[in-house]
Amino acid sequence: MSKTELISVSLTLNGEHRSIEIAPQERLLDTLRYRLGLTGSKEGCGEGECGACTVYIDGLPANACLVLTVQVRGRALETIESVQVDDLGSMHVSGATQCGACTPGVVMTACWIKRHPELAKTHTLRELMAGNLCRCTGYDGIIEGIAGTDCAS
Amino acid sequence: MLVQEPNSIPLAGATDVLVHWPAHLDAHAKTYLDLSGLDDLRHISWNQEALTLGARTTYWDVIQDEQCHQEFPLLQHAARQVGAVQIQSRGTWAGNIVNASPAADGVPVLMAYDAVVVLQSTAGTEEVPLNEFYMGYKQMRRRTDQLVVAIRLPRRSYAVQVFEKVGARRAQAITKVGLAMTRSSVGWRVVASAVAPTIRRCPSVERLLEQDAPVCSPDDLAEAFATDTQPIDDIRSTSAYRARVLARVAFHALQSQAPGRS
Repeated sequence: MSKTELISVSLTLNGEHRSIEIAPQERLLDTLRYRLGLTGSKEGCGEGECGACTVYIDGLPANACLVLTVQVRGRALETIESVQVDDLGSMHVSGATQCGACTPGVVMTACWIKRHPELAKTHTLRELMAGNLCRCTGYDGIIEGIAGTDCAS
Repeated sequence: MLVQEPNSIPLAGATDVLVHWPAHLDAHAKTYLDLSGLDDLRHISWNQEALTLGARTTYWDVIQDEQCHQEFPLLQHAARQVGAVQIQSRGTWAGNIVNASPAADGVPVLMAYDAVVVLQSTAGTEEVPLNEFYMGYKQMRRRTDQLVVAIRLPRRSYAVQVFEKVGARRAQAITKVGLAMTRSSVGWRVVASAVAPTIRRCPSVERLLEQDAPVCSPDDLAEAFATDTQPIDDIRSTSAYRARVLARVAFHALQSQAPGRS
């Protein structure tokens, strides 16, 4: 990567205008983690299946491992670092997290669903969460946490 | 730019190209033409005769569109089975066509709706029916100087509309066997996926249905499907499973959607 000439890309990152120097072949996930130090987005599978690297591009969830950073030129990008503790609702008491590797992605998709209550008319929570794989705690706790049905009480 | 760099690869959502990207160093050396800035190519437009999807129109764009839902329900049905929201928000219908996977989920429903691929170059516009677009495995009628700019679907009323995808699990799976089927004033369209080097129509099965031949069990369809397809053994399934399941899926779809057919 160091041999490649860097190019400049401007975008809005978590509400702030940023201009960054990147390699043309650089994935968004690598830019976030290794250039910007935003290590909240995780790399799980690297093939767009596990959702641990979920970010929003212009408000829609996307896998940062399947996007070239040059493709978000001029776009609005939001990462897990923009999420506030209050946004988590009952997720932290419902058993929605265990090892934590999937959690940033799970929280990103969950917060997006909460921003868009109209999706409940057409989609189930499980369909909307299908792009976030969890290998330890299972999905019931995650779904309960998002739905706000507090199973711990 | 495609004229100057004839080997460059147009890039839309990049959800196929970027899979395991760090490991594919050979792919890094290629030239890509990123279409991300071309917002004019992202639209869902209607006229009297047709629905047109832009080259950058995503699965999610169509999932969110009420009129698509009313008139072309199979588009949404298939789109919702492509990966999950994170893929649907980036992946495009045109990208699905030119990626040319035999197991694609967008292509079979487009083909069952008689979609036409609109190609543009400095020499002009060319239109190729999707049904004639593929010539072999990953081989298609797109010159290197041409860009897919749109996909056009004729508006018709349909008596039968079926899309069935069989995968290892319901979400996030790649298709082992797929089937899209429609019936309209222009006749039956039967499209099979993951059972040949390309997604393809099944003319023998279509003929059988046009002739109103009795279909009393999956076996009555199996022979025609065997003529039209060449399923193989691979990492996801076996030839025998694919052939058997394809005929059964088609049979049950006909029973539920066209019970009085024969």
